Amino acid sequence: MACIEARGLRKAYGTTVALSGVDLRVEEGRILGLIGPNGAGKTTALNAILGLTPYQGELNVLGRDPWTERDQLMRDVCFIADVAVLPRWITVSQALDYVAGVHPRFDRAKAEGFLAKTTIRRSSKVRELSKGMVTQLHLALVMAIDAKLLVLDEPTLGLDILYRKQFYDSLLNDYFDRNRTIVVATHQVEEIQHVLTDVMFIDRGRIVFDRSMEEVESRYVEVVVRPEQVAAARALKPMHERQVLGRSILLFDHVDRHQLSALGDLRTPSIADLFVAVMGNQAGRAQGVAR
Amino acid sequence: MNAESNAMPQSPLESQVIAPAVMPAARPMYWSVRRELWENRSIYIAPLAVAAVFLFGFLISTIHLPGKMRAASALDPMRQHELIAQPYLIASGLMMLTTLVVGVFYCLDALYGERRDRSILFWKSLPVSDLTTVLSKAITPVVILPLVTFAITVVMQWIMLLVSTAVLLGSGLSVTTLWAHASLFQTWPMLLYHLLTVHGLWYAPIYGWLLLVSAWARRAPFLWAGLPLLAIGGVEKIAFNTSHFGTMLANRMIGGGGGGDFMTGSLSMDPLMHFTPGEFLISPGLWIGLAVAAAFLAAAVRLRRSQEPI
Repeated sequence: MACIEARGLRKAYGTTVALSGVDLRVEEGRILGLIGPNGAGKTTALNAILGLTPYQGELNVLGRDPWTERDQLMRDVCFIADVAVLPRWITVSQALDYVAGVHPRFDRAKAEGFLAKTTIRRSSKVRELSKGMVTQLHLALVMAIDAKLLVLDEPTLGLDILYRKQFYDSLLNDYFDRNRTIVVATHQVEEIQHVLTDVMFIDRGRIVFDRSMEEVESRYVEVVVRPEQVAAARALKPMHERQVLGRSILLFDHVDRHQLSALGDLRTPSIADLFVAVMGNQAGRAQGVAR
Repeated sequence: MNAESNAMPQSPLESQVIAPAVMPAARPMYWSVRRELWENRSIYIAPLAVAAVFLFGFLISTIHLPGKMRAASALDPMRQHELIAQPYLIASGLMMLTTLVVGVFYCLDALYGERRDRSILFWKSLPVSDLTTVLSKAITPVVILPLVTFAITVVMQWIMLLVSTAVLLGSGLSVTTLWAHASLFQTWPMLLYHLLTVHGLWYAPIYGWLLLVSAWARRAPFLWAGLPLLAIGGVEKIAFNTSHFGTMLANRMIGGGGGGDFMTGSLSMDPLMHFTPGEFLISPGLWIGLAVAAAFLAAAVRLRRSQEPI
């Protein structure tokens, strides 16, 4: 069964179109990266999936309509929104009490276990914690919920590199298993590249790229072309070309590797390079991705 | 999707696994109300502070108490009662006023603050419906606040009575007159009745309106709560030269309906005269008010569902 299935998902704020006919399907047990420039519709898409915003079109999350059944859906779905949204007045122990009180699938002992590994005190209020600690707290709450789908919207925004790394490490090591699905929307592509099983690019309210990581690795090749071979390489119609330290790097889709290896060194492109190439072809608005 | 709740548990172990998934419907409500008390500590801190200040003033005033009691003994019983009961009535009146002010500020912030600080995204990430959330925010001023006020008022008046007793005994006077006329054990049920009916049920549409504005306003909920009412009153005055809307609001505020005029009467009259629950329960004003409150709350639920952080 698909975990998330959308057909013709549309959403407009007044005259601004945030989603213009999104079709997507996320299978159970995948880790999907949703990547796009600012204002591309990432958050709107996630909000629709979470039942936070009304939409037009068909959308099914774990067999439910998110807009009409948000509260039931939230038994099986967890999310961490773009910035720390834990209320500033709440204390750590109140947060634990509350989630334990309202969530049927919350395992308090597990959350306490995660918190024990941090320096967070039970009596602290959220406003007294550093940004990194608030994220740790939120992650501890969420990871102790036995959910089927976890949605993360820029979960590590504004965190330093240590916390960011720790965040994804705990997510993979302590949380993810084949029965869960994770959807991450982010700018920080390179950090999550090794985590993902699937990747989608979204631009101006449309999904413009949708591949599994295996497909990405088998289809796309980057060639550091030897200077004398540049003309020959260009003849093979690369998706994208860029210059790094005087060398031309060309990105190819579906071109025979054997043929390419004659032109220079081959390597698998990073998601960020692929994103730049795909977005570059979409009218050169690639600045949105952090490199 | 409801396989867990429909399935019959076949073994104790299995039922243990299933049990947490089926949660009593009241639990989210219980925790939502507790959440409100954690966040809005003014619900009990404000009345406590007012009570403390009043008690401090009252302590100082007990210097004159022996003299006052001697003077009172010369008066007829009616005047005597007024004189002795007065501080206790002022105390409860003050607490009611505090309750009203706290309730108004609470309601205006209840659904606005969570959008402003974006914590609505956290609350909505949990399996608590918008209906439960809005109802918990309505129960707080309609039920919790009157009960808190009642408890604080009882303790406060009890302290007043004990201090007065001690002062009188210290100066060798009898306390029977004081205890007879303060008549706290008779006024407390009356006070509870008043708080629950007037501050709870009769004011429900006011709280409902404030919650609706709080769910709707993108800024300045305080202004949005007041200005439309002024505008309606103003338009009515200009267009028809009448003031039914204003009268209606005033009637709601000072408590119309049977038994509802305790607030205006409390300082000069014995509250027991207004203990008419039957009359209150059949007054159309009560039921119209409750229907209006329900409509406001329903609108607030719808708004909360679609509103995003501001």
